[in-house]
Amino acid sequence: MADMILKKKALADFLRSLGRSYQVFGPKQEGGEVRFGPADGEVLLDYQNSRLSPKEFFFPQSERMFEFNADPKAEDAFLLKERPANLRPRLLFGIRPCDAKAFAVLDKIYGNDQYTDTYWFDKREATTLIGLACNRPCATCFCTSVGCGPFHEEGLDVLAVDLGEDVLLRPLTDKGEKALEAAGDLAKAGKKAAASAKALKTEAESSITSRVDMDKVNERTVMELFEADHWAKVAQRCLNCGVCTYVCPTCHCFDIQDEVSGQIGDRVRNWDSCMSWLFTQHGTGHNPRPDKTSRVRQRFMHKFKYIPLKRGGDIGCVGCGRCVVQCPVNIDVRDVVRDMNA
Amino acid sequence: MKNPYLPYPVRIDQIVVETEDKNLRSFRLVFIHPEDEKAFEYTPGQFAELSLAGYGEIPIGIASSPTEKGHLLFTVNKVGSVSSALHNMKVGDVMGVRGPLGNAYPLKAMEGRDVVIVAGGFAVTTLRSTVTWMLHPDHRKKYGKIYFIYGARTPGMLLYRDEMKKWQERDDIETYVTIDREHPDWKGLVGLVPVVLENVAPPSENATALVCGPPIMIRFTQPVLEKLGFADDRVVMSLENRMKCGIGICGRCNVGPEYVCKDGPVFTKAQLNKLPKEY
Amino acid sequence: MDKRTEKIREIAKRLLSEGRVDVVLGYGPGTVPLRNAPLFARTPEEADRLVWDSNCRVNLANFLPRTSERVAVVAKGCDARNVVGHIVEHQIKRDQVYIIGVPCQGMLDPEEVKKREGRAIESAVESNGDLTVKGPGFETTMKLGDLLRQNCLTCIHRNPPVYDELVIEPVPEQTGLDRYADIRELLGRPDGERYAYFKELVKDCIRCYACRDACPLCYCHVCFVDEHMPQWLGKSIDPHDVLTYHLLRAFHCAGRCTDCGACEAACPVHIKVRQFTRMLEKDIQDRYGYEAGMSLDKLPPLSVYRPDDPQEFIK
Repeated sequence: MADMILKKKALADFLRSLGRSYQVFGPKQEGGEVRFGPADGEVLLDYQNSRLSPKEFFFPQSERMFEFNADPKAEDAFLLKERPANLRPRLLFGIRPCDAKAFAVLDKIYGNDQYTDTYWFDKREATTLIGLACNRPCATCFCTSVGCGPFHEEGLDVLAVDLGEDVLLRPLTDKGEKALEAAGDLAKAGKKAAASAKALKTEAESSITSRVDMDKVNERTVMELFEADHWAKVAQRCLNCGVCTYVCPTCHCFDIQDEVSGQIGDRVRNWDSCMSWLFTQHGTGHNPRPDKTSRVRQRFMHKFKYIPLKRGGDIGCVGCGRCVVQCPVNIDVRDVVRDMNA
Repeated sequence: MKNPYLPYPVRIDQIVVETEDKNLRSFRLVFIHPEDEKAFEYTPGQFAELSLAGYGEIPIGIASSPTEKGHLLFTVNKVGSVSSALHNMKVGDVMGVRGPLGNAYPLKAMEGRDVVIVAGGFAVTTLRSTVTWMLHPDHRKKYGKIYFIYGARTPGMLLYRDEMKKWQERDDIETYVTIDREHPDWKGLVGLVPVVLENVAPPSENATALVCGPPIMIRFTQPVLEKLGFADDRVVMSLENRMKCGIGICGRCNVGPEYVCKDGPVFTKAQLNKLPKEY
Repeated sequence: MDKRTEKIREIAKRLLSEGRVDVVLGYGPGTVPLRNAPLFARTPEEADRLVWDSNCRVNLANFLPRTSERVAVVAKGCDARNVVGHIVEHQIKRDQVYIIGVPCQGMLDPEEVKKREGRAIESAVESNGDLTVKGPGFETTMKLGDLLRQNCLTCIHRNPPVYDELVIEPVPEQTGLDRYADIRELLGRPDGERYAYFKELVKDCIRCYACRDACPLCYCHVCFVDEHMPQWLGKSIDPHDVLTYHLLRAFHCAGRCTDCGACEAACPVHIKVRQFTRMLEKDIQDRYGYEAGMSLDKLPPLSVYRPDDPQEFIK
């Protein structure tokens, strides 16, 4: 299917007609920030990125995995039962290419060579992603040096480009084509539109001045990076609070908890963070990462060394810059990678 | 897609209090649905997540051998909330088992060679599985000499005593069971495991060593194995780390790039030399 | 350069070269506009990077508990009161810490800046009470006084009450402020409405615990949230568990909180968590006439038992 084009004024109607076949979500202004919520006609195109990543659409902060009957006299007492997924088709409009790339990286983590996380993939299968290319990357974006970019297509079903008066819609997958066909009323984009999009791409990519170099990180062994002497300095001001892990689109670690209330029990999974001392604490009291420095080092080693080693070179960071903006003590991932690559 | 977090329902068939301080109990579990037992095809060295609805899951090495049909055996130390709840359960209670998980001991690679097993304390569980499997008539011929060296602090803390007595009566395995210090109830070997190992001095040529025990035992066993000439890729160890998902996804049990639950828990010393000591 | 910056650098360099302290804990330039970062200066060269501006929102007293080093800490009014709190609660010895007191005129709230200038800011410069922000194709100047944080607008202790050295002359304290007008209004609401208000306040909470980790008062080895035998509350975003967490943390801070605002500054979803602690601080002031951290000789009322403690409110 070729590139399609739509007048920007018609975008609201486009989303409305999609609303007949999908539950549509898009970026919304809430106070001083942007969050993803049900699209109700208003379309926000002129924003940089949401404060929290949209990973919560596939990996909610809390998710009920199983339920069970906690009445000991019941016949099915304490037997874990799945709840039917019952997922309506969803469409996420306006996410940025960095967040989509993050989903592609997480697909390789939630589905490894032996096991498939059904909770993640059920939602992924039910969701179509229409991303919005970044014409104006943030000052903190460094996506181009970590295998991503402002017009990157990996992980998206459709890439939308704001051309000014028009919006170019480029279908990238079968799912994307299906969505564009469902919306109907789209014209084929001409050569001028395609050229316009290409020019915007070049401009956006060259406007990104923030970068990280990973050539030495890739060459060095795990132990060389692990035993480097800069980690204590990096970790000095860290609060081990976990904000970085929670706003990050590629952070995926979770905790599993059983909760019982009266006769009803749930096995729940919640976001968890390697910043917490409890993360690796053994029942015996032994902790392989007992101090702040070891936990801070783990986060950066995981994202920039362990994940690339195990996932065919994909980096566990997409350069969205959220952690840079949100860290209460301004620990800058770009500086840390620079130290790792020194 | 099969949900990898859903355990098989099992019933507790037998509970044996193994140690004098009552902190170690062995649980014999039987699958409620017979087809689940078929699906649970495991190899010595693997573990499973024991699931107690309302409390959580704990990763425990499988102590039974796949040659022992009809049940699974787990020996559990009472340490935290889940193991304490498990220790309070009775025969007939229902719980869950999720697995088998992890890689196994390299039984194929060990064929045609001698096997030296060094175990301490309650880490001997998966090694019981391994020895039982190797001694089975279908498998015994594949291996050379088998040495089994196992120690605990006191006689009351030894696991599987009756079984090991039977092994001591066999001539196709050299069994050494020791305790740390002299004890009035004990007429057998006395001495720390690394010391006994040094005295037994099994030849390292064409041999693989399987080592499992508390960190302090491992620390003192390592130099003895080196002295005896065991190369690092012939020393096999089993690690433990805090786990939740057990399938390499939740991110917490990693040692460097390797997940103890999925790429381990069995690693050779050569592999561990290249990894951070975060275990 | 701000006079305070000059003086902080001078003092830090002196203390380090005299060997009086092992490390000077201050602020250094941030890597993004409107931010600065805690800086641990261990040499006079590193001390030359210390700065002071209206972005010093992190409470440096947070780094004091369980340190074995001799520390000099750059502390504004509220932070210095937390240092006093740590000394009084035996988390650090008086002779281990050198308080470089900074009379403060308020820290700015980046969200206030964003409200007035919503475009992407690439640089922010302070000068003579003005803040000039620049971005692609624009430059806007605002008055710093219009951009201050809520807790700074109602601050009545801008000057550190206890210090080893002040970097400038004390600044006039604000007077005639009604610090608890909104709290009194809340207290006047019927019970059900108050409960609904607080539940709504924390509806976006993602249980990241940044508020706890940024707070100097939260230094327990095992936080109540992390206990599991027994487990006091659930870890999910169930609204009851979220409310329990915030309520209990506020009660643990009661009588010790200096309203430094580090909690609100750290929260990634902008929850006004100070509403919990301020309600309790009003109670502490009304019932015990006590303000945290004003003197090394006074203990927080909830950690002391005296036979003649007021108790007419215990029914």
